[in-house]
Amino acid sequence: MAKHTLSVLVEDKPGVLTRIAGLFSRRGFNIESLAVGPTEHAEISRMTIVVHVEDSPLEQVTKQLNKLVEVIKIVELDPTASVQRELVLVKVGATPETRGQVLDAVQLFKAKVIDVAADAVTVQVVGNSGKINDFLRVLEPFGIRELVQSGMVAIGRGSRSISERSRPVAVPVPPPSAAS
Amino acid sequence: MSEQQQRGGSTVTGAQSLVKSLEAAGVTDIFGIPGGAILPAYDPLMDSPIRHVLTRHEQGAGHAAQGYAAATGRVGVCMATSGPGATNLVTPIADAHMDSVPMVAITGQVGVDLIGTDAFQEADIRGITMPITKHNFLVTDAAEIPRTVAEAFHIASTGRPGPVLVDVAKSALQATTDFQWPSELHLPGYRPVTRPHAKQIREAARLVLESRKPVLYVGGGTIRAGAHRELRTLAELTGIPVVTTLMARGAFPDSHPQHLGMPGMHGTVAAVAALQKSDLIISLGARFDDRVTGNLDSFAPHAKVVHADIDPAEIGKNRHADVPIVGDVREVLVDLVTALRTEADAGHTGDYEGWVQFLSGVKSKYPVGYDEPVDGGLAPQYVLERLAAIAGPDTIFTAGVGQHQMWAAHYLPHEKPNTWLNSGGAGTMGYAVPAAMGAQVGMPGSTVWAVDGDGCFQMTNQELATCAINDIPIKVAVINNESLGMVRQWQTLFYNERYSNTDLHSKRIPDFVKLADAYGCVGLACESPSDVDATIRKAMEVDDVPVVVDFPRPPRRDGVADGGRRHQQRRHQVRPGPGSPVRRG
Repeated sequence: MAKHTLSVLVEDKPGVLTRIAGLFSRRGFNIESLAVGPTEHAEISRMTIVVHVEDSPLEQVTKQLNKLVEVIKIVELDPTASVQRELVLVKVGATPETRGQVLDAVQLFKAKVIDVAADAVTVQVVGNSGKINDFLRVLEPFGIRELVQSGMVAIGRGSRSISERSRPVAVPVPPPSAAS
Repeated sequence: MSEQQQRGGSTVTGAQSLVKSLEAAGVTDIFGIPGGAILPAYDPLMDSPIRHVLTRHEQGAGHAAQGYAAATGRVGVCMATSGPGATNLVTPIADAHMDSVPMVAITGQVGVDLIGTDAFQEADIRGITMPITKHNFLVTDAAEIPRTVAEAFHIASTGRPGPVLVDVAKSALQATTDFQWPSELHLPGYRPVTRPHAKQIREAARLVLESRKPVLYVGGGTIRAGAHRELRTLAELTGIPVVTTLMARGAFPDSHPQHLGMPGMHGTVAAVAALQKSDLIISLGARFDDRVTGNLDSFAPHAKVVHADIDPAEIGKNRHADVPIVGDVREVLVDLVTALRTEADAGHTGDYEGWVQFLSGVKSKYPVGYDEPVDGGLAPQYVLERLAAIAGPDTIFTAGVGQHQMWAAHYLPHEKPNTWLNSGGAGTMGYAVPAAMGAQVGMPGSTVWAVDGDGCFQMTNQELATCAINDIPIKVAVINNESLGMVRQWQTLFYNERYSNTDLHSKRIPDFVKLADAYGCVGLACESPSDVDATIRKAMEVDDVPVVVDFPRPPRRDGVADGGRRHQQRRHQVRPGPGSPVRRG
């Protein structure tokens, strides 16, 4: 199964996350990671959804997503044509003996220490999933005490925006029927 | 009145705004039951020209809205209160979702301050119905009511039709607001494609001309699109054989020589053969449902597929489409006919002579037929044939779910669209009586017969009271075999004739004739074939109250509901060796 990254533009309305999560679940797809947040347009939110799925069921799930009234646009982001980032905060053991090695690793991976305690440090690292996995493997021997990870966010390379072509269309409503 | 005045701009309560909005959307009939949270809306409803039919159960209201919509093509509307009122609508909403029925359900919700507190009669009906609605709304601000209602009707009735639920908080109904019917809607994520792509039409026409064994596989979308005339034009222009699914019965006349009947598990031999042996399936508003295809790997193995549907998600969902066409079936048919006429003018037509001959052979070798019961009892097929003959060609028939439904699908003559209403996708027992009630309200001049089984009938027959009290003179034929016949049939075929919990042991409990009488209806019973015509005529003469006719048949004599004798053979394959004879054959 291949990993796919979907960028989904949705109307920022209550319940929209439930609709999307529910659709994945009832059609039998596992969401590997999900990130939701605001966009450059006040009324539009963007979800970045990572799924492990074959191409043909992926087509079905995107078609079903497109049927949701509040979904405006879905774009699959090719990893080679987009930038993908996750953020991890990790609390790792750091005794006076090991602290130096931990800090070396932090420097090598361009991570950042954001909190320090007597026997531990908390580190923030940003990157794609490959870099993050490598970093965590290096930290493993020092004892990972707590880990929290964001969903992936991704954006296409180049100057174009994915919301450029999603123009809202107004539908005329017929006047009230004569009966009233 | 100017349009501006019609669109309003007056200060009203949220409840008044809701009723005005429903009026503005063109609603003339609502089926429902009031209760605490929706109560504010019922007050202005008293002064509205909208007819409200007070049902005996919310499920009845929901199915009535479905029957109304399916018979008229307009949006059916049902209304219920919060909590159990709303959850009782879940089955009809799910049913409407599966069968693409345009429906709007209005439910009351507890006041906005009580939402999320497990308040009395609180249920998150928007959450509950998310997977079974085309879209749904929770309205907590009275100012949002007109726009939400307008969006609900637009979404329910356009594209692939479906149910839309509008849940309105009691506090919003009680608030003061300004009623303003919107002049336009902004739904940036909702843009159904109706115009088919010209290139796909050309490609489809090419395959039609190339093929030697094509078949028109017609689904319920053809009826929803009102495309029966265009379908006939295409069929007669090309001579291609036609099969109509359970949801599409009536989209193409049964009496037409090109019609091979209904395909699928309960289908005719000719219709199944036409799909299985075809080299091109032209699917029109159908969705390759498992009841049609069986095992997908062995379904129509040599066929290419042209799949036309207004819902792109249906295309390629179950079966790969060689030529996908997203569009309204009617527009697809119009364009396809134009393309094929142009080809015909240039001397290009398909050659299907051998294929048509082969299928005519199959059709005459395996006709739709049944065996008369040896004991002189009633054959349900005979009852249905006589019912159709006496009731006449404009009769609207509804059916429940089970053997009687399959018999009705085969033995009623389906000649016109929107006159055969049943629960196809969801398979909801109990659909027939309330759906007939809704159809009768929508089509007051038509005769409406509900063909029901005794199992189904007992699920929703409380709506006979609604019909009797509100002058809705439906007629009900109960095909009474004192058992859950379709399930029993599966036990015959696949469970070694072990009949676990399918015998209703009813012994006339309840007595349907007395039950009808108690509900203010005329109750009739008919036990002998020689009385069938007279009984049906008697039922037809009653036009002021509903009629229930009990057609009992010996429960142990049941054959298998299908369009021919295939199952007899299949049964022997499933269970070799001597068994008690299921039917003569």
